[in-house]
Amino acid sequence: MSTIAAIGAATLAMLAAIGRITIFAGQTASHVLRPPFYFKEFAQQLLQIGYFSLPVVGLTTIFTGGALALQIYAGGARFNAEAVVPQIVAIGMVRELGPVLVGLMIAARVTSSIAAEIATMKVTEQLDALVTLSTHPMKYLTVPRVLAALIVVPLLTGVGDIIGILGGFLVATKTLGFNEAAYLQNTADFLQLSDILSSLAKGAVFGVIAALMGCYYGMNSGRGAQGVGAATKASVQAAAILILAANFILTGVFFSA
Amino acid sequence: MIRLTDVKKSFGSNHVLRGINLHVPKGESMVVIGGSGTGKSILIKSVLGLVTPDAGTIEVDGKDATKGDRDAFLARFGMLFQGGALFDSLPVWQNVSFRLMRGALKRPKEEAREIAIEKLRRVGLKPDVADRLPAELSGGMQKRVGLARAIAADPEIIFFDEPTTGLDPIMSGVINDLIREIVTEMGATTMTITHDMSSVRTIADKVAMLHDGVIQWTGPVGEMDSADDPYLNQFVRGSAEGPIESVR
Ligand SMILES: Nc1ncnc2c1ncn2[C@@H]1O[C@H](COP(=O)(O)OP(=O)(O)O)[C@@H](O)[C@H]1O
Ligand SMILES: [Mg+2]
Repeated sequence: MSTIAAIGAATLAMLAAIGRITIFAGQTASHVLRPPFYFKEFAQQLLQIGYFSLPVVGLTTIFTGGALALQIYAGGARFNAEAVVPQIVAIGMVRELGPVLVGLMIAARVTSSIAAEIATMKVTEQLDALVTLSTHPMKYLTVPRVLAALIVVPLLTGVGDIIGILGGFLVATKTLGFNEAAYLQNTADFLQLSDILSSLAKGAVFGVIAALMGCYYGMNSGRGAQGVGAATKASVQAAAILILAANFILTGVFFSA
Repeated sequence: MIRLTDVKKSFGSNHVLRGINLHVPKGESMVVIGGSGTGKSILIKSVLGLVTPDAGTIEVDGKDATKGDRDAFLARFGMLFQGGALFDSLPVWQNVSFRLMRGALKRPKEEAREIAIEKLRRVGLKPDVADRLPAELSGGMQKRVGLARAIAADPEIIFFDEPTTGLDPIMSGVINDLIREIVTEMGATTMTITHDMSSVRTIADKVAMLHDGVIQWTGPVGEMDSADDPYLNQFVRGSAEGPIESVR
């Protein structure tokens, strides 16, 4: 009985959290549409979330693209299909690995820092101070971050896709004996516009999830340094899980037809 | 001007405010004293709407503080937070003139900066502090920047939450005198929270003592020493002996 009660309690807690996060997302959307809009904070976040994430995105995707080429070559050799390396690297990076890797790296890098920053602001009464200075924390903190992520994470995903393909290209042409021109030609011929659009769409959704989770857990942080730590941990965990779940759903929506 | 009637607030089983009745007339300096954790900060946060009371009414100028235009309401207030609550990503002058750079009171950047420097001078800080970040300042300087921010838009009502806590006696004296001067020259209505008796004697017109979730005693500062309330007497004397338990 106590096991069932525990499962029930955990399920209820999860549903309650999903409900609160949904409400938070709705509030964010309603604040996007109503002035004032803080351009300076928005521009800063474009830089923070986008530009400064480029090295991490580049490094993770180039290594993954290279490893993918090695695996496909070795796996393909079992049934004499080594030649598919360019096509599978392209589709694997663009449809799945590019957006997922970028999403997870953003969760690690951006969600955590947003949550820690906002939670610290809450603990040190800076959120209260914002309110008393007639500035809504949702407008000043959440909206710029979520909008910046919505715009910039698809771009990062595009960059990640390209660098991932480049990783595969380098490995295939330098160590596996592929012809450079033919590799690029195969990649370009095989990829469809819908593959690329689905990749960018996933990036946009993952970006919004990452920024929203950082803001939500930051603003709902408990008290003291422990509260900040717990909020940061919970935000990254929630962002990573939601990104992977959303990826599964989006893949189903885009490619099951 | 500010009137609280039977205001209650609990956090779970922790009944912090159990029915607060308090009136702060226009232009007066009310000082609220009481032990740590008795709910002094929650009390002023309720007036500002940062905390929603479970019961009771709060009126400002006879109007319910929870109704009407929030921005217009908050524009009348200045608040010095217990820990300063300076925005650590912004330089000092932008902290001070935060309200003057956005929203209804927005003015050109140059003007906002000039006002910030003027307010910093008012609290005894040199103009070269303006471009530093809050984290580079000492505790006393941060408190003064918080003070400058609280008075930047010349508010009608100012709240000071423990303005001298954590400062050395000399700096405390400086801050106390500053608050008294500002209150007198601006003619503002103020509420100051403190457990520093020297602050009470410098700043207060009236004193209210918060204990056990209610206003235990209230009256003019001059009557504080002769009052025969045992709680107040114990607090004023700083004695371990008396009705207030020292283990809380
Ligand atoms: N957000 C909160 N959640 C739970 N308890 C709180 C919260 N804020 C304050 N409290 C509790 O309310 C009581 C009064 O707090 P406060 O008003 O900050 O005291 P003080 O008189 O020292 O300013 C304390 O016991 C504190 O633990
Ligand atoms: Mg307090």
